Amino acid sequence: MPQIEIKSANAFYDKLHVLKNIELSVDRGEIVSLIGPSGSGKSSLLKMLVGLLIPKSGDVYLNKTLVNFNNQSDLRVIREQIAIVFQQYNLFQNMNVLKNVSIAPTKIQKRNPKEVNDQALFLLEKVGLKDKLESYPDELSGGQQQRVAIARALCLNPEILLLDEITSALDPELVKEVLDSIRLLAAEGMTMLIVSHEMSFVREVSSRVVFMDDGSIIEVNNPKNIFESPKEKRTLDFVGKILKDK
Amino acid sequence: MERLIEEIPNFFTIWNVIFLAKAMGVTFLLTAIGCIVGFSVGGLLAIFRKTKTIFLLPIRILIVIYTEIFRRIPFLVSLLLFFYVFQIIKISDDLFLIATITVCVIATAYIGEIIRSGIESINQTQWDAATAMNFTYYQTLKEIIFPQAWKVILPPAFGFFIMFIKDTALASQIGVMELTFAAKVLNNKGFSPLLSFGTILILYFILSFPLDRFGKYMEKKLASNRN
Amino acid sequence: MGYTLVYTQVLEFLPYLIKGAWISLQIAILAFSGGMFFGLILATIRTFGNNISNKIVICYVTFFTNTPQLVQIYFLFFALPEFGILLSPYIAVLLGMTLNAAAYLCEIQRAGFLSIRQNELDAAKTLNFSLMQQVKYVILPHIMKVLFPPLSNHYIIMTLGTSMAAIFGVEELTGRAFNINSETFRSVEIFSITALIYIVITFIATFLLAVIGRYFFKAKIRIIQ
Repeated sequence: MPQIEIKSANAFYDKLHVLKNIELSVDRGEIVSLIGPSGSGKSSLLKMLVGLLIPKSGDVYLNKTLVNFNNQSDLRVIREQIAIVFQQYNLFQNMNVLKNVSIAPTKIQKRNPKEVNDQALFLLEKVGLKDKLESYPDELSGGQQQRVAIARALCLNPEILLLDEITSALDPELVKEVLDSIRLLAAEGMTMLIVSHEMSFVREVSSRVVFMDDGSIIEVNNPKNIFESPKEKRTLDFVGKILKDK
Repeated sequence: MERLIEEIPNFFTIWNVIFLAKAMGVTFLLTAIGCIVGFSVGGLLAIFRKTKTIFLLPIRILIVIYTEIFRRIPFLVSLLLFFYVFQIIKISDDLFLIATITVCVIATAYIGEIIRSGIESINQTQWDAATAMNFTYYQTLKEIIFPQAWKVILPPAFGFFIMFIKDTALASQIGVMELTFAAKVLNNKGFSPLLSFGTILILYFILSFPLDRFGKYMEKKLASNRN
Repeated sequence: MGYTLVYTQVLEFLPYLIKGAWISLQIAILAFSGGMFFGLILATIRTFGNNISNKIVICYVTFFTNTPQLVQIYFLFFALPEFGILLSPYIAVLLGMTLNAAAYLCEIQRAGFLSIRQNELDAAKTLNFSLMQQVKYVILPHIMKVLFPPLSNHYIIMTLGTSMAAIFGVEELTGRAFNINSETFRSVEIFSITALIYIVITFIATFLLAVIGRYFFKAKIRIIQ
């Protein structure tokens, strides 16, 4: 059963047509990776799913329910179920690590502070940051900030996790620690949409891979096929170039 | 110069000192009320200005017009305009009240602008993260934006407070008994302009300098904190 | 209310007021230019001078930025005659505004000096730029981009400040409004029209400055904030 279903969605930044007739469905527990050149609309697609980019036309279904993007309560519902981790971490600069993770569950979801605190500590331990609870974002390395951002998203207890190029701003030696955290989640069966340039990682964790170019989905295929025998020429060009550069 | 030395004992009589102290109090009060009101109302305007809903659009337009207008009229002209409007509508002829209202109206326009640019200095990523986690507009401002923006808002706000201590000198033109008016009174009583105006220059300096230093100190401290 | 606004009589004086605005503009431009010049000298001393000269400049700036321009001009106008120096209202206002502007513009220009990045200069030197070339291609473009917005802003503040001249009897825009007021007693009409003229001339100034800033110095100035 598809958990997310996107039907011929179109979206714009001002006049720029960033998503063109997007058709995609993601099943529960699936890990779908989005690859493609920069500016191809991968991040925009994730932003649309949390209502940071409002589609101009097309339908999005979450658990078989049509989402009305102009309705605040609908937006609340999707944001409760879908959490996003941003490329630039977007940690709140005025809060320490623990507060960053616990503020939304306590203040927004109105959950029991004690319970949230325990969960936050558990998650931060899981991503290896238990000794940084009192630190502020600008005192942390990029990799540490990114792992806080992951813990923050998980503490919202989402059904679906969106990861937007979470390793692209990191030094190579930091990439591994972040990807290890994601592998753990994948093993637990969470539905994930991942935008990434780490092709070996994509190939390893994804159930399906989506190739996007110029705002459109060009090809959806399983990881093996997309890297070894893609159907579309544009996919072949992109994958060939990326693998050659490596 | 000899005349000046002769004059000094006569100038600093108890009566004159009390008179100047009172005038200094009026200058201070005008500025303080203006800044407090300006900060509160200006803050509200800035908050409305950043809203996105379409049905608040008329309010946003009105706010833009208001801030643009009152930052482009000389304080003296605004003061006279309010003075004469009050004479027509006859609500009050209390000069201090008229001056205070003018100061508040202008302070609101300027401080609203300072607060707005403070809010805008915060990176869009902070808004995105908050929105994606279901923060309302108000919650985002309270929990995330203002705790970061005040560092950007305070230094220019102090510059503005100082500007207003000085600008209230113009209230003397409609007859408010503040420092500059007091100097004119003393001058008319026969004290030399050097002494009368020289004294209040020092008194203005006493009011303004601590704020100036404090503002600069904070600017330095906040700037070094950021890196 | 019992009072109706009548603009017809006041509108007859519009050309008279607009000529007054022209004088306001002259004062603003002269005082700004003078302030730029003295401010530059002060900023240079502050940047390259010794300890004593530095302190003198700091005192000057601190004094002028912490006391009202109006009282400074009062002082020039009423107190200087005691030392045998008689200034006409126009000159007293112009001098007061220039001295005041010099203090502010010194601070702004110094911030511009401080914003020059040493590594850009180093790069220029390794490329064998002469001193003049360094100034022309590296220092000036950078300084102007940083300086232009605050300078424009200060020019607008000074334009508004010229209305103070009316208090000393200079017949610029506000001074002429005073004149018409004592003739017609249509006070609200006169001062609202005067306010409108100030809004228009500062808007035109902002617009022109924004255009100049954008095309010559790549400095971004918003016309409407």
